Amino acid sequence: MTNAPASLVATTLRLVYLARLREAFGTAGETLVLAADDSPTVGGVVAALHARGGAWAVELAPGRAVRFAVNHRVAHRDTAVQDGDEVAVFPPVTGG
Amino acid sequence: MSVRVQTADFDVAREIAALRAGDTGVGAVATFIGTVRDMNDSARIDGMTLEHYPGMTEAALAEIVAEARARFDIRDALVIHRVGVLAPGDQIVLVAVTSAHRGMAFEACRYVMDLLKTRAPFWKKERTPSGERWVEARESDEKAAQRW
Repeated sequence: MTNAPASLVATTLRLVYLARLREAFGTAGETLVLAADDSPTVGGVVAALHARGGAWAVELAPGRAVRFAVNHRVAHRDTAVQDGDEVAVFPPVTGG
Repeated sequence: MSVRVQTADFDVAREIAALRAGDTGVGAVATFIGTVRDMNDSARIDGMTLEHYPGMTEAALAEIVAEARARFDIRDALVIHRVGVLAPGDQIVLVAVTSAHRGMAFEACRYVMDLLKTRAPFWKKERTPSGERWVEARESDEKAAQRW
């Protein structure tokens, strides 16, 4: 193990897409490696996905209603993410 | 206190009996049962599929029930939410709350449902004559949760 500053260590995340967003993205999830210069937050994940264009840019455009969870807890764009975290991206919930 | 996510239907009478069992301090039981309607947004609904986020769902429901217990003077609470393929008329969700007096049971039951509608990770996909569609979240549900 090295003692490199956290900001220089790539952050590997498990992403989970649910419901309508799973269909729009065409996948139930993936492994995402945040680059060292990406913000280590949910917002940083969104920015990385949005930059892919296509359905990613459409669904994650500013103003679109998107919800997040980190390790099964409700999260927001400013929520920090760490190596190994599970980050879920989904539409507003409609149960009950 | 217990929360369950299951594909199987539930028997309300049996669930209430189990919730009350052994607690003669209970003087009130309030329940809410959500069911599948055959109409929504002017379209006929032939059925729906309920999806959830395993792992988070149970934790979110348990947290909501724990909040209700802290906030209201209740004896016990139960939440059962079904997932999978459902038909019009089917039961979707049961919230049951026991308390000494009716006021707390009514309040806590409504609180759990209002928060469940905006915080528990479930999604409905409806089958209509013109195809399938995801149900959109309602502004009125957000307002109902914020009321608390």
